[in-house]
Amino acid sequence: MDKVKEKVSISEMFSKFRELGMVLFIIALIIFIQFRNSNFLTLENIDDLITNAAILSILAIGMMMVIITRGIDLSIGATLALSGMSTALMVSANQNMHPVLALLMGTVVGMIAGGIIGLLIAKLNILPIIATLGMMNVYRGFTFIIGDGGWVSAYQMPDSFVGIATSSFLKVNTLVWIAIILYIIAYYFLNHTRLGRQVYAVGSNPGSARISGVNNDFIIFMVYSIMGALAGLCGVLWVSKFASAQGDTATGYELSVIAACVLGGVSMAGGVGKVSGIIIGVLLLGILQNALPLINVSVFWQLAIQGAIILFAVLSNVLIKRNSDKKNLARRVL
Amino acid sequence: MEKPKVLTHKEFSSVRYFLQWEWILLIIFILVNIMNASFSDNYLKFDGLMRASMIFLDKGFIVFPMALVIIMGDIDISVSSTVALSSVVMATVYNAGVPMGLAILICLGVGALCGLINGILVVKFKELAAVIITLSTMTLYRGIAYIILKNQSAGGFPKWFSELSWGFAWKIPYILIVFVFFAAIFTLVLHKTNFGRYVFAIGNNDIATRFSGINVDHIKIIVFTLVGVMASICAIFLSAKMMSTRPNVASGYELDVIAMVVLGGISTAGGKGKMIGVITAVFLLGFLQYGLGLINVQSQIIIIITGLLLILAVAIPNIQEMIKNFNKKREVNL
Repeated sequence: MDKVKEKVSISEMFSKFRELGMVLFIIALIIFIQFRNSNFLTLENIDDLITNAAILSILAIGMMMVIITRGIDLSIGATLALSGMSTALMVSANQNMHPVLALLMGTVVGMIAGGIIGLLIAKLNILPIIATLGMMNVYRGFTFIIGDGGWVSAYQMPDSFVGIATSSFLKVNTLVWIAIILYIIAYYFLNHTRLGRQVYAVGSNPGSARISGVNNDFIIFMVYSIMGALAGLCGVLWVSKFASAQGDTATGYELSVIAACVLGGVSMAGGVGKVSGIIIGVLLLGILQNALPLINVSVFWQLAIQGAIILFAVLSNVLIKRNSDKKNLARRVL
Repeated sequence: MEKPKVLTHKEFSSVRYFLQWEWILLIIFILVNIMNASFSDNYLKFDGLMRASMIFLDKGFIVFPMALVIIMGDIDISVSSTVALSSVVMATVYNAGVPMGLAILICLGVGALCGLINGILVVKFKELAAVIITLSTMTLYRGIAYIILKNQSAGGFPKWFSELSWGFAWKIPYILIVFVFFAAIFTLVLHKTNFGRYVFAIGNNDIATRFSGINVDHIKIIVFTLVGVMASICAIFLSAKMMSTRPNVASGYELDVIAMVVLGGISTAGGKGKMIGVITAVFLLGFLQYGLGLINVQSQIIIIITGLLLILAVAIPNIQEMIKNFNKKREVNL
């Protein structure tokens, strides 16, 4: 009895330890940056940091669900651009369109884009990486075509539309509120609903999930549709925030999103990932992007630093897991 | 009643022979050429064809080792970054006073090193999919290229260097000769050597291959290193074509390369495919893109077509499989 108890507590400790380690790392990073530049921990800068990380954090929710089902989505940068461009064209043509309607339209565009990918993966059995790599280019091409190779700039957009991302409620930016609401929904959905638990089931063992009566195809379709919808929503937010829609909006942004998930402990092998984890991952990336210019690191170093940190996080994750598995085995022998 | 049915099916071997993917590819290839010839009267002249092939063949070098990687059931999406990094290093050391011949060797070395790192990581961290490893090294390599060159271009190569991409030997471009050389070598290696059979074996069943006494890790590392080397050869020809290089060079090459491999009939599930199909696919996609360029199709539409072709090439075998399964089920029910 005692031994069983001990096992549970140690494995629990490990799962907590990972997040604790990340939090400690973030705190150390904050202290280091604060010593280098005292402007870092000002209310103004923190507000800036969180607002900038909001879009990344929304996308990370969808990406986490995709990765939990053993997939990957490389198309979100293109989906984001497509929805942003189509919404921007729409509002510049109808100046008195309600902003909520614009948000809704972007979300629907994204959801259709994601749904197509979901069908390709679930029904035609195409590998997620191939399907999303292909559709990424299709959506990116569409963005250029509907935008006619040009861009929609700030003066063409009504104030109410730009106001989505610049307004604030209780002194906190609307973007952050949207992210918080979505995180609460995602937490409830993934942990307390049948569909949410089925996402984990499909990811950790597709075969047994199917035998247990889970409709795997539907879950996969749903996950990619949600990813697309979130990317579509972010497209509108992105265009509203930067007040411009271009064909090459958010090129390569999918890498940052995947990085945030991986840093947050979402396993590429599927079935593992927590909402609290990706918040930490997003925070870490957000701090890096915000602080590197503050401590005079050249912009040209940022990509390499980001790549090195992702690689480090992924590899150390594996090493820690191996170590704990080995210890578990040793304990079982005794 | 059942048995003769199976036998008659097997007797039609010549029909099945011509129903192979490679023959279908050849027919599509001829159709593409007829289409191109109808666009331009000059297209079907020898010189015109040779010039057309000079435009797209640089990517073709990466296709051979990528085919090996996909046959093994892995994937490498860091190739475009390897091309960028090795060409940037070559230009930088040349501008620092290193003779051009040595700079080319250094370029090959950098490519080999990038591939070797990928290979070692893939082998040492089996828990991680090759996708995630090459995704992070993709960011890292591109980041290092940015650190070296900032946002500038470098060039000023000697004049003979451009001959590599633009020169002819007896009316045949050098690049085509080199391409044919590598095509022959890789075809022989894949289909006529033990090494090639091991690659197929790994793709079919990794573990069984290991237990048959074949050093799987060794072969994987060699193949990933080959990808790096061939990417640096692509970098040499690409730099020679443009006579300069930038850190953002070759972005999106991974799509074209993977599309060519998959279109060539290499199964993304691993263990299946022929080199001749891949070589046909290189020319098919290359001439298709060239022909669409002839009639001034926007480059964005060409990208869309490439993306759709990639998905179609993967979907068609899956659909065939589904129809076969469906028919089998129906026969059982009857």
